[in-house]
Amino acid sequence: MSEMAQTSGVIPRLPRGVRLKRDEMRGEWLLLAPERVVKVDAIAVAILERCDGAATIESIVDDLAATYAADRTRIDADVRALLNGLAAKRMVDL
Amino acid sequence: MNAPVKALNPVGLLAELTHRCPLGCPYCSNPLELESRTTEIDTETWNRVFSEAAALGVLHAHLSGGEPAARRDLQEIVAHCASVGLYTNLITSGIGLTQERVKALADAGLDHVQLSIQDSEAASCDRISGYPGAFQRKMAAAKWVIEAGLPLTVNAVIHRANVARAGEMVRLSVALGARRVEIAHTQYYGWGIVNRAALMPTEAQAAAAIAEVEALRETYAGVIVIDHVVPDYHARYPKACMGGWAKRTLNVTPSGKGLPCHAAESIPGLDFWNVRDHSLEDIWFRSPGFNAFRGTAWMKEPCRSCERKDVDYGGCRCQAFALTGDACAADPVCHLSPHHDKVTAIAQHAAEEDAAGEPTYVYRAAVKAPLPAE
Repeated sequence: MSEMAQTSGVIPRLPRGVRLKRDEMRGEWLLLAPERVVKVDAIAVAILERCDGAATIESIVDDLAATYAADRTRIDADVRALLNGLAAKRMVDL
Repeated sequence: MNAPVKALNPVGLLAELTHRCPLGCPYCSNPLELESRTTEIDTETWNRVFSEAAALGVLHAHLSGGEPAARRDLQEIVAHCASVGLYTNLITSGIGLTQERVKALADAGLDHVQLSIQDSEAASCDRISGYPGAFQRKMAAAKWVIEAGLPLTVNAVIHRANVARAGEMVRLSVALGARRVEIAHTQYYGWGIVNRAALMPTEAQAAAAIAEVEALRETYAGVIVIDHVVPDYHARYPKACMGGWAKRTLNVTPSGKGLPCHAAESIPGLDFWNVRDHSLEDIWFRSPGFNAFRGTAWMKEPCRSCERKDVDYGGCRCQAFALTGDACAADPVCHLSPHHDKVTAIAQHAAEEDAAGEPTYVYRAAVKAPLPAE
């Protein structure tokens, strides 16, 4: 399943039961899943907020590269690494 | 005892909505003194507790029991939890659910369902749970959860009667569409201590089951997440029970008592406060029972000078009391404990018992009948 993020046209989704949450009390962004709390950094938040069930991985990378005026190749690698890692934990569907 | 240790805010709340349950599983973690329906706190009080929990920093609300579906206000409670931003996890036997009710709970904002399955063989599942027909109803409940679009975790408690099918339970979970499975070897608290001789597998049986389940991690990578709780009686060091006493999570019992864990009341002399009289914040930071074993100042040797004291916190306080009579002692699972021979003897006894055939259980219903689910 994790190889899927290497192919094109894949639409990543946060499945039901996985939630991106701003924890105001602790001043952190968290990904909540069954019996799991994962702290996520600003880069991961920017990626996960774009996983809206419509955008493909390529369009998310394009959007991030434009928004942050950053190297597309580098962003592409970061996005796929994050999504593949979360997919292995069943916290993202690809 | 020294001044209270500064505690971090809790991340999880286990809400035992009721102790009533149609099943009688011999390893039930409920206390031997079950709280009756007449002492249960009402919907309004639970909702206040959940509001306070969210304000206190709790992220996950685990709606448990007994069987939480025995409460008619379950849907209302789920909706309230969702409204205050809590992640809701329903921990259920499946008995008491209908397809309509599962759908209504999903619509109310339920995030996740954890369904217990006592064995992958129907007759054995029914026998372990003490409830004829349990297996078929659980299979139906799993289907309703998936059809409602909810993520499913299967929880299987492993003991002598099903230890040969630990791997089969993982396969069944995959077939049911679960995204996660807990393979949890029995922990000996509550009814589990009463039935320990009938439940404990031999070390060889446990080791074979563990190896089989670990191998399945690779087989099912990306398909199902396997959470594996291995038996501590055969371990060298104790488990970091609850991630430390009153450190990460708390329980509220059906009658509203705030506890650091479900077995905490088995330790005599601790003062626990009730949500009827105190806010959850007060209970967490200021109740004597929560502060009793925070930090490391309460420790005795060999824990006090041990380099692992901030790793496993001396193990489990309830188990230390149950097996040594001293809640400040090292958990005797630890090979450094002067009482470790008691654990070795119990585990050895299990190996001899195993020859005796089908285990005989003390079911909780047979000792003190819980009220019916509805």
